Formats: sequence, C-alpha cells, structure tokens
Amino acid sequence: MNKKYDITVRNCNLFYKDFHALKNLNIDIAENEITAFIGPSGCGKSSFLKVFNRMNDLIEGCKITGEVIIGDMNIYDKDIDITMLRKEVGMVFQKPNPFPMSIYDNIAFAPRTFGVKKKSELDEIVEKSLRRASIWDEVKDRLKKDALGMSGGQQQRLCIARALAASPKILLMDEPTSALDPISTGKIEELVNELKENYTIVIVTHNMQQATRISDKTAFFLLGEIIEYDKTENIFSNPKDKRTENYISGRFG
Amino acid sequence: MQNAKHKRQIFKYALYKRLSQASLVVSLLSLLALVIFIVIRGLPYVNFQLIFGDYGAEPTIKPALVGTLYLVLISVLISAPIGIGSAIFLTEYTNTKSKIIRWVRVATETLAGIPSIVYGIFGYLVFVVALGFKYSLLGGGITLAIMILPLIVRSTEENLLAVPKSFREGSFALGASKVRTIFTVVLPCAVSGIVTSLILAIGRVISESAVLILTIGMVVDKMPQGVSSPGTSLALDVYYFGSFGYPEQASATALVLLILVLAINIIATVIGKKLNKFSGGRL
Ligand SMILES: Nc1ncnc2c1ncn2[C@@H]1O[C@H](COP(=O)(O)OP(=O)(O)OP(=O)(O)O)[C@@H](O)[C@H]1O
Ligand SMILES: [Mg+2]
Repeated sequence: MNKKYDITVRNCNLFYKDFHALKNLNIDIAENEITAFIGPSGCGKSSFLKVFNRMNDLIEGCKITGEVIIGDMNIYDKDIDITMLRKEVGMVFQKPNPFPMSIYDNIAFAPRTFGVKKKSELDEIVEKSLRRASIWDEVKDRLKKDALGMSGGQQQRLCIARALAASPKILLMDEPTSALDPISTGKIEELVNELKENYTIVIVTHNMQQATRISDKTAFFLLGEIIEYDKTENIFSNPKDKRTENYISGRFG
Repeated sequence: MQNAKHKRQIFKYALYKRLSQASLVVSLLSLLALVIFIVIRGLPYVNFQLIFGDYGAEPTIKPALVGTLYLVLISVLISAPIGIGSAIFLTEYTNTKSKIIRWVRVATETLAGIPSIVYGIFGYLVFVVALGFKYSLLGGGITLAIMILPLIVRSTEENLLAVPKSFREGSFALGASKVRTIFTVVLPCAVSGIVTSLILAIGRVISESAVLILTIGMVVDKMPQGVSSPGTSLALDVYYFGSFGYPEQASATALVLLILVLAINIIATVIGKKLNKFSGGRL
C-alpha cells in the first residue's frame, strides 16, 4: 500500500519518424497533486501525456528516449507489463468514447480484463466507480441501457468512472471538458478536485481559468519544450519566462 | 442574353430530372415485369409434390434443395472463418497504408471481379480432375468458397475499418490486450455488417450456376448421399428443366429460387438492424 506513484521524467525525447516532437523534457510530478499542461496547439501536450501510459506504442514510427519513472520503475524498461502499467495509469480522452455497450458493461470492462468474474464483485466495483465519478444517481436505474444514449457530459463522466474501475493510481486527462457545455464542465472540474485525494492527476487544458481553478502545478509547453513548470499560482501571477507571460495573457497561441 | 441562358438552364435541369425519372421508372418496370412473368408462369406449378416429392416420372427439386443446402454450408463454413480472419489480420495487425497490404487489396478486388465461369473451370481442373474428387458437392462447395472469399474479406474489412479508432484507444488505455480489444470491442461493433455480408454471400452461392455446371455434375434425379456425392442445385435445376423439356418445372423452380433470394436479402437487412441494438446507428 505504501508503493509510491510519483512521476519522474528525465531527458525525454519523442520522435514521430523524423519529427522531433518532444525535446529533452524533465519534470517531477508529485503524488496526489493535480498538474496541468498548457500551451498552444501542437506543442506536444497530448504526446507527452501519452508517454505516461505508453499509448504512443500504438503509433507506427514513434520513438521515445530518456527515462520515465513511475514510483520506482522505469516504464520504458523492456520487461514492463504494459497491461499492468495501463491499469495503474488510467486515461480519459478529449472526446468521450464510451463503448457501444451497456453502461454496466462499460464500467465492468477493465475489471473483467483483469479477471474479475463474480457478479457480486463486479456489481460492487460498478457502483463504487460510478459513485466516485458522481454519476451513480443519474444512471443507477438504467445500467443495462446503451451508454451511447447518454448526453456528452454524462458520457465523459462515464468514461472517468470506467477508468476508475481499473483502480488506477494516476489519471491522465486530455482536454476532458473541451467537447462539453459549461455545466458539464463544472461538474467534471468538481469531480477532478474530489478525485485528487486518492489519485495523481495530470490534465491537459486549453482553458486558463480551468488550470487556475483545479491544478496545483502547471507546466507551460512551447514547440515540444517545457518552458516553465511551477506552482499554478506562480505561473499565472508571476511567470518567470517572457513566453509564458505572453501566452497566459493571450498574446499568442 | 442573360435571360436566354437562364431559360436554357432551367430547361436543361427539367430535362435531366425527367430523364432520370424515366430511367428509374423503366428499371423498376422491367424488374416488376420479370417478377410478374415468373410468378404467372411458375406459380401454377409450385406444389408440395414439386418441392418435397421424390424424383420419379415427374421431376422434383428435392435433390436440388438438399444440394443447395450442402453447397451453402460447405462454402460458408470454409470461407467465413478464413475471410473474417484475413480481414481482421489486414485491418488490425498490419499497417493499412503499407505497400504489401495495398497489393493484397488490389488482388482481392480483382478476384472479386473475375467471372464465375473462370472459378468454375478452376474448380473443375483442380477438384474434379487433379484431386480426383470426380463431380462432387464438396468440390463445388470449395470452389464457391473461393469465389465468395474476396467478397467476405472486403466487406468485413470495410466493417472493421468503420469502427472508430477511439474505441480501440479506449480499450487499450484500460489495459486490454489486442485480442481482447478485437473480440470484445471491435468485432461486436462490426458484427451486424459482417453477418449481413455473410448472408448476402449465401445469396450469391444460391444463385450461382456456372461454377456448379463444371463441378457438381448436375445430377438432378438423385438425392445426394453426402459431401462427396455429385448433385444439383436450384439454379442448375432451372437450367436443366428449361433445356430438357420441362418448361413448367423450370418456371416453378425459378420462382422458388427468386423467393429464396428475396427472403435472404430481407433476412440480411433485418439481422443487420437487430444486431445493431447497442450502437443504434450512431457508429
Ligand atoms: N501520430 C503522429 N504522427 C506524426 N506527428 C504527430 C502525431 N501526433 C502528433 N504529431 C505532431 O506532434 C506535435 C505535437 O502534437 P500533440 O498532439 O502532442 O500536440 P498538442 O499540444 O496536444 O496539441 P493540441 O492542443 O492541438 O491537442 C504536432 O506538431 C503534431 O503535428
Ligand atoms: Mg492534444
């Protein structure tokens, strides 16, 4: 239980074929903190996020160098079990992507992957995950209904619940609210704040207010580099780098 | 000037509209005429004896029904697993843009366009002659399997490619393996389309005649005794009855064939809709 889940990245480079997308990144992300990645479009935020659960493995021609250490293991070691890595490092995508199955089966997907078969056990995980994602009351009477019949905001919270059902320690979120209306966005921000107690969260956002509202630390990316990484209040009230200042004050990007 | 041009355009538009309407009417009418013709000529002779009676003084289509059933089973049992498996390999395990895959795709498309008589002569030379099967339902069924294989590969591939990438990503991100992703997420999304295309392939098998003339022997008067026995099919019976002095039975058999193919198309549509329960067309 006292295994550590902080993230340490040293000299991380990422290439898409010949394109050098991430340049020598270093960052330390503490446990149970919310870290926001901000920066203009195409600067590599999503690419970097996917480094933490090795989703880049799926992209042909993508090469990563350097060290990415979660707890005490380098996740790019040869003998890493990617399935277990992704169990511990969950991900929520920009566009809600519930599977075209029932709400129940969506949530039970990861537990089933990891061998949970007993109905009572699955029921319990499903309820707990949906409660954690504050969507239980809205869906408890329609667990057997098609997940695609829900609103976009509900779908996204379902996806969060689905990720939580794998009982991860780290949650990666790539612009989780950018496809949602303000009310759904508010609900998800609230949820993220609650989840912080038990999870380490890394969130990509284009919304400066969102970053200030929910994150403890913020990293500002530009053209594949981390320009500045600090407490969120420092980044937004007292940026050290001119480029950060320009970006947060809306002068470019 | 401007006005004349405008008028001419309106006239042209109206003309094209009328022309396309007319061609639609012609094609529908000719289809209707065909159906009515077959019904009028065939319906009086469709009866229990023709369909289920033993072949004696009066010809019946019982051997053809059994033969057709054999051919459908043999060809689908062979081509469905191979075809679906190949399509899964092509879409899920290879880089869809690679050169080899593009060649494979061109090859399947070409195979799908080959006239069936060519498959027939292939089946004849390989199964009847070289492998010594003689005329047999098995040889014909395998030849049909080869014939519908490219169709099944193509349509399965299309159905798999239509499954959004975000589902696969979601599954991988939850720690699922490739195999689990394919079987629990991708295939269920594509299953209605795949089943539909299998049923349409069955339609192809049922209506095929050229391949079978060369491979199964057209033995219209004896019940097949198993897969290695020669036999006949409904389409072959139409040909046989028509050419050898049984025009009424030919029309009646044609009607049965028509109804069967129609039923199969309807079933394909209905099943396609039913299996789509959880995606509700939103894919
Ligand atoms: N699969 C890929 N193949 C090649 N290049 C890619 C690929 N994915 C991303 N890139 C490139 O890498 C760079 C970083 O992309 P990335 O998606 O990480 O940016 P981002 O910061 O998330 O942008 P956005 O805010 O628009 O989501 C971009 O220049 C992009 O074009
Ligand atoms: Mg992005």
